[in-house]
Order: sequence, then C-alpha cells, then structure tokens
Amino acid sequence: MNLNLDFAAIIERWPAFLDGALLTLQLAFIATVLGTVIGVLGAIGRRSSHPVVSRICGIYVEAIRNTPLLVQIFLVYFGLASLGLKFSAFAVAAAALTINVGAYTTEIIRAGFDSIPRGQIEAAEGLALSKAQIYWHVVMWPAIEKVYPSLTSQFVLLMLASSVTSQISAEELTAVANYVQSDTYRAFETYILVAIVYIVLSLIMRAGFWLLGLVVFPRRRRLGTPL
Amino acid sequence: MHKISNVASQSPVVSLRNVHKSFGPLKVLDGVSFEVDRGEVLVLIGRSGSGKSTALRCIDRFETIDSGEIVVGSHRVSDPKLDLRALRQDVGIVFQSYNLFPHLTIEENITLAPCSVKGISKSQAKEQARQVLAQVGLEDKLHQYPEQLSGGQQQRAAIARSLAMQPKVMLFDEVTSALDPELTGEVLKVIEALAADGMTMVMVTHEMGFARGIANRVVFMHRGKVHETGPAAILTSPATPELAQFVGTGL
Ligand SMILES: Nc1ncnc2c1ncn2[C@@H]1O[C@H](COP(=O)(O)OP(=O)(O)OP(=O)(O)O)[C@@H](O)[C@H]1O
Ligand SMILES: [Mg+2]
Repeated sequence: MNLNLDFAAIIERWPAFLDGALLTLQLAFIATVLGTVIGVLGAIGRRSSHPVVSRICGIYVEAIRNTPLLVQIFLVYFGLASLGLKFSAFAVAAAALTINVGAYTTEIIRAGFDSIPRGQIEAAEGLALSKAQIYWHVVMWPAIEKVYPSLTSQFVLLMLASSVTSQISAEELTAVANYVQSDTYRAFETYILVAIVYIVLSLIMRAGFWLLGLVVFPRRRRLGTPL
Repeated sequence: MHKISNVASQSPVVSLRNVHKSFGPLKVLDGVSFEVDRGEVLVLIGRSGSGKSTALRCIDRFETIDSGEIVVGSHRVSDPKLDLRALRQDVGIVFQSYNLFPHLTIEENITLAPCSVKGISKSQAKEQARQVLAQVGLEDKLHQYPEQLSGGQQQRAAIARSLAMQPKVMLFDEVTSALDPELTGEVLKVIEALAADGMTMVMVTHEMGFARGIANRVVFMHRGKVHETGPAAILTSPATPELAQFVGTGL
C-alpha cells in the first residue's frame, strides 16, 4: 500500500473552491430564511381548524419527507423546463432546497407550537389579545426558542445536502470539486479538501445560529436556561 | 335557602340567570343564578367537581353555555354575537397556574396587552406597569423573568398583569391553591387590598377563613346548583346540612 497524496494542484485552485463554498452558503442562507417562513406558515396551517388547509399542509410535509431530495430537485428542474420556463441552475437549486427544508421545518415548528401549554393561550385570550397577536407573541417566539436546536441541526443538514444540487450543475462546492478532480486527476485529495471545507461551513453556520439566538432570545441570553 | 334582596339601584356588574351547561352527558351547571353588584366580592365555594371553575369560566366566555343568560356590564355574554375581545377587556381573570409568559420580563408581560389591545404608547404602558406592580408589592421585579420569581410573586405579577387592563371585574380561580402555605398570605393580602379599593370580584377559593373576611356574598355550589347563598355569615351558621358538612370538614 502506497498512499501518495499531493495537494499542490488542488490548493492552486482555491479561488474556485472559495466561489463554490460561497455559493453553498448562499443556497443555505436562502433556503434557511424562506424555509423558516414556510415552516411557520405550514405549522399554522397544519394546526388550522380548517380541514382543507391542514390537509394540504399535511400532504406537502409527507410528500417531501417520503421522497429523495435528488428526485425533488429533478422534479423542480424538469418541471419548470417542461413549462417552458428557464431559470438558472442556482435558482432551481435554491427553490428545491427551500421546498425541501420547508417541510421539515413545518414539522419542527409544529412540535414547538404544540408544546405551548393551553394555559398560556387562555391567559392571552383573557387579556383580550387577538388570535394573530397570540400566535405572534405567546406561541411563536417561545415555540421557536424551544425547537431552536432542532432547527439549527436541520438547516446545517440542509447545507450539507445542498451538495446534491451539483447534479443540475449549480456551481456550489461539490460541483467545483467534481470538475477540479477531473481536471487534476487528484480525486481523493479534492474530496478530502472539500470535506474539510464543509466542516468549516457547518461550524460557521452553527456559530451564526448561536449568535442569532443571543439576539432574538433575550431571556436565554440573560438566564441561560432552556425554556 | 337564603335569598339576597337586591336593594342596589344600579344594575349588577355580573349576572347569571338560570345557566345550564353540560360536558357531554355530564351536567355541570344546572340552573345557576347569582348576581354581583359593583364593588362587591362574591366568593364561590363547593366541593371539587361542583362546577365552580366552570361557572367562572362561563362569565369570561371560556365556556359557552347551553341555556340561560349571562350579562357582564353592557356585554350579553350568552349572545352569540358577543364582541368577545370587548368583554375580555372589561374582565380580568387569574388562574391557579399563574400562566405568566415565560419568555417575557414581568414588565413585558404586563405591557403586552395594553400596548397591543388598547394601543397605548410603550412609555405610558411602562409607567402603568410600575403602578400595578407597586400595587402588588413587586416594583423591584420589573425586569426579572417569571422563572426568577417565587410562586407567590408570580401570582401577584399575574394579578398585576390583569389589573393593567383596568378591568371592571376580576375573576380569581383558586389563585392560591398551587402555592406553599407560607406564600398564600402575600397573595391574599393583595386581593384584600383590591377589595378595599372597591374592585368587583368573583373568586373561587378553598381558604374559608379568608372567604369569611372578604366575602360580601357567598355562593355554595353543590351538584351544579346554587345550594345555599347569603352573606359571609352563612359560613359560620349554615342553613343546609350540605354547607354545614362542607365548612365543618374545613375544606
Ligand atoms: N372541558 C371539560 N370537558 C369535560 N368535562 C369537564 C370539562 N371541564 C370540567 N369538566 C368536568 O365538569 C365538572 C365540574 O368541573 P369544575 O372544574 O367546574 O369543578 P370545580 O368545582 O371547579 O372543582 P375543583 O374544586 O376541583 O376545581 C367536573 O366533573 C369536571 O371533570
Ligand atoms: Mg376548579
């Protein structure tokens, strides 16, 4: 066995890796922001007393959770193409990842909503708050604080899963790796480097979520106790 | 059965007339009637399951009734077209399990409803928060979170939160039952001060000594009915054997 590693040719291509990493982060950022919005709306929808609304949200969640991400990406990609709509690979990747993570986020946030005790809502009703005000002030913020660690993991997972979008030639980190390794014939070295970059990206995201948590959950910041 | 003659000229703040309420096959309120005049303290007592909480919750429309009539001030609670949020601006309710919002400071707990419901300014609401907290003796807890307070302090903060909406009537459902005995006193003192200030109140309590001291009217519920009612004196000289047995057991 003779392991002969040569990173020189790979390291030389660092600007391409940097671009790829930035694109991966952008995909993750867009899908995280939009996925959170979908998750909140989806969770409200799933808990709706309107059977059609809760049914539609339920079907969405189950359809996404029971199909592979790659197939979802192809569905969006070829679906839009067959409608004669042309979008960049990046836009398609961002859309598919958002739809995917939105379903998981819906389930996580719904669990958070369900964990708010009935008494909290009754107290708010007794204070004459409207339904929307109760959702915003009394249900949503504490619910999100409770499930924040799960949300963080889900979004980091999404960032890693975004490597699958290399299949439709979105120029993210894995796609860059794919062509660098075919140019340099240094496949193992390339993927070692890419793995390290993914780890760094994960750490960056976790640090970002930690900082965001300090800003949006002042009680947590001051007391440090879980809700 | 004692009957109170209503000599007050003004109409009662709260009135229940022949209220019926069932949960499925279980009849919980079986023709309940009582009235509370302005500035009066009505104490609801009775065994567990006799329908006290249900009666109280019907007043704030947390439960809908099957038949009968409930009127609170100008609100016809039993009317399906009731403006629910208008009713709840006039009625404050405090539960056994304080239900403070854990993610908000005491000040934010108190200012939330005045700001979002009544639309008063933040600074005005904060000023008011200071006032109501002073009223319950918690001025220094403004910027604390609920979990940093003892049970008695949390319950006083919950009362202050209700008071900030300037309700016309306050409902208390066993507000000291979750507290250690040494903490009940501080909460009961706050309620006594409110009564002395002329707040109209309906309260469910198992504190018989307290009820004797504060009640203008006592309603003893038994099997979904008002079994005996009268001034606080009925607690010491009950007319019905059921009430005699109830107060005798010291419940
Ligand atoms: N939402 C509900 N659904 C079904 N049954 C209920 C509901 N709420 C109350 N009940 C039942 O109605 C009866 C009266 O309950 P209620 O809470 O009014 O009694 P209570 O006098 O307040 O008793 P306690 O002293 O234990 O608080 C009980 O048998 C209770 O189990
Ligand atoms: Mg009760």
